[in-house]
Amino acid sequence: MWLVILRRLTSTAVVVLGVVVLVFLLIHLIPGDPVDVMLGESAQTADREALRVSLGLDKPVIDQLIIYIKGLINFDLGRSLHSQQPITALLAERLPATIELALAALLVTLVLALPLGLIAAARHNTAWDQGAMAFSLLGVSIPNFWMGPLLILVFALWLGWFPVSGREEAGAVILPALTLGTSLSAILARMIRSSVLEVLGENFVRTAYAKGLSRRQVLIRHALPNALLPVITILGLQLGTLLAGAVITETVFSWPGIGLLTIEAIQSRDYPVVQACVLLIALTYVVINSFTDLLYALIDPRIRVGT
Amino acid sequence: MQLWFPVFILTLWAVFGIAAPWLSLDPNSIHLERILATPMASGGLGYDDLGRPLFDRLAAGATTSFLVAFWVVSLSSIFGTLIGSFSAYVGGVWDRLLTHVIDLFLAFPGILLAIALAGILGPGIENVVIALTIVGWVGYARLARAQVLSLKTRDHVLAAVALGVPRARVVRAHLLPLISAPLIVEATFGVASVVIAEAGLSFLGLGVQPPEASWGSMVRDGTRYLLVAPHMVIVPGLAMVVVVLAVNLLGDRLRDRLDVKSIANQP
Repeated sequence: MWLVILRRLTSTAVVVLGVVVLVFLLIHLIPGDPVDVMLGESAQTADREALRVSLGLDKPVIDQLIIYIKGLINFDLGRSLHSQQPITALLAERLPATIELALAALLVTLVLALPLGLIAAARHNTAWDQGAMAFSLLGVSIPNFWMGPLLILVFALWLGWFPVSGREEAGAVILPALTLGTSLSAILARMIRSSVLEVLGENFVRTAYAKGLSRRQVLIRHALPNALLPVITILGLQLGTLLAGAVITETVFSWPGIGLLTIEAIQSRDYPVVQACVLLIALTYVVINSFTDLLYALIDPRIRVGT
Repeated sequence: MQLWFPVFILTLWAVFGIAAPWLSLDPNSIHLERILATPMASGGLGYDDLGRPLFDRLAAGATTSFLVAFWVVSLSSIFGTLIGSFSAYVGGVWDRLLTHVIDLFLAFPGILLAIALAGILGPGIENVVIALTIVGWVGYARLARAQVLSLKTRDHVLAAVALGVPRARVVRAHLLPLISAPLIVEATFGVASVVIAEAGLSFLGLGVQPPEASWGSMVRDGTRYLLVAPHMVIVPGLAMVVVVLAVNLLGDRLRDRLDVKSIANQP
């Protein structure tokens, strides 16, 4: 078991290092001179040189990378070019909003996907099943940036139930969480359905029926817990999609989280902030995935044996 | 659902995608007296905030999304398949290195890397294609690698190698035909995700630049006039959803027909 954890942690560390290097290299992908792009053509030579030195762009790339990694270890991501604030403070200020949105969206996803998937599997090949799968196909096909405005139009402008955007008013989280959660629940419902269908063919389900349990008891107590194992992995993967989707959803609803910060930073050409946001989201994703893998190995003894 | 629906929609999309320049459309013409006119008031699909006809812009948006989808899916499937099958077939150090690279790209969730790349490369349709290709090849590479790994010790491949057939020919004539079915299914679903990704980037202002039309930027323009001119959001979004739905339906059908398992719903 410890060997599994150790191996998993090493491979995570390698990926983390790779992500850091890739994100560091992003700034070198800027066509032409990054300093020109950030300051504009009309900037004074002295200003340019000052920025170049403060970003460390006058040093060789390898030295820059080492400085960048050293900074990361000390939680020092540099300063925003735009507001001159330390980037870590900017991120800390925006993080609670994104976490709130992500948790609310996750709740929406589970509340929608669990019953949908279960009903579709329990009533396999009936109108219920087809209805649930049609919803799922539709959910996959509707992008966040269309779903969001439609929800605003109906529930905020016409019905006036929720605020249009921002985070100050009560209930403001509901529409963005619905936007993010619906598309994820569409995929998850499909997974739960096929996973439950698979489990329903197993011997222990037949045994459960044979000892006289009702259909409901078999489904809820025997089939579902076993079917949820693979679903945990999917959920971990989806949390990443959720974080990336948050960039668009936060923009739609002016939700002041990390995603909106990313877009604002891109628009004001504040590349150090862009780098920091991308790094934060990607690293969260990597860590969550490693954690789900480990959790999976802890819950399911078959996987431990397998590795 | 019947197959005629996706085929009809996709043919329509392709016709607008390819033939739009010859259809005498006027997506940038301005009719000041019809600013924000709804379909009910003006006929057709209505007009946008600058008084431009929405139908013509919709068609121009179809061209944008079709071209981006065509280039991104072609480029990323070709590069991905080549890299993936090379990695699996050659094996050894190359395979380990390329697997790490693939894992690294998979460490970025969804569209995030594309947003970062498009943001840094700057807006424009070419940069959208570049950004989405850099993100997109990984899926094909992973799939091709897994397929070749399972096929390369099959008897017919070993026989070809024993007969002295050159490596490139083994891959082309004995491996690629066998791995093409799952790759075609993957590419079909890839079209849907590229259409959404392109529109998403354009929605964020990172895609095509005004006055060029994209369904994503049309939705974005519309969000400012939701109450007075909801058609500005509804029309382009509906077009996009119908195309994506058609592609997904076709992909489901192809998967059943070609009997490809286990690649369903990969991100």
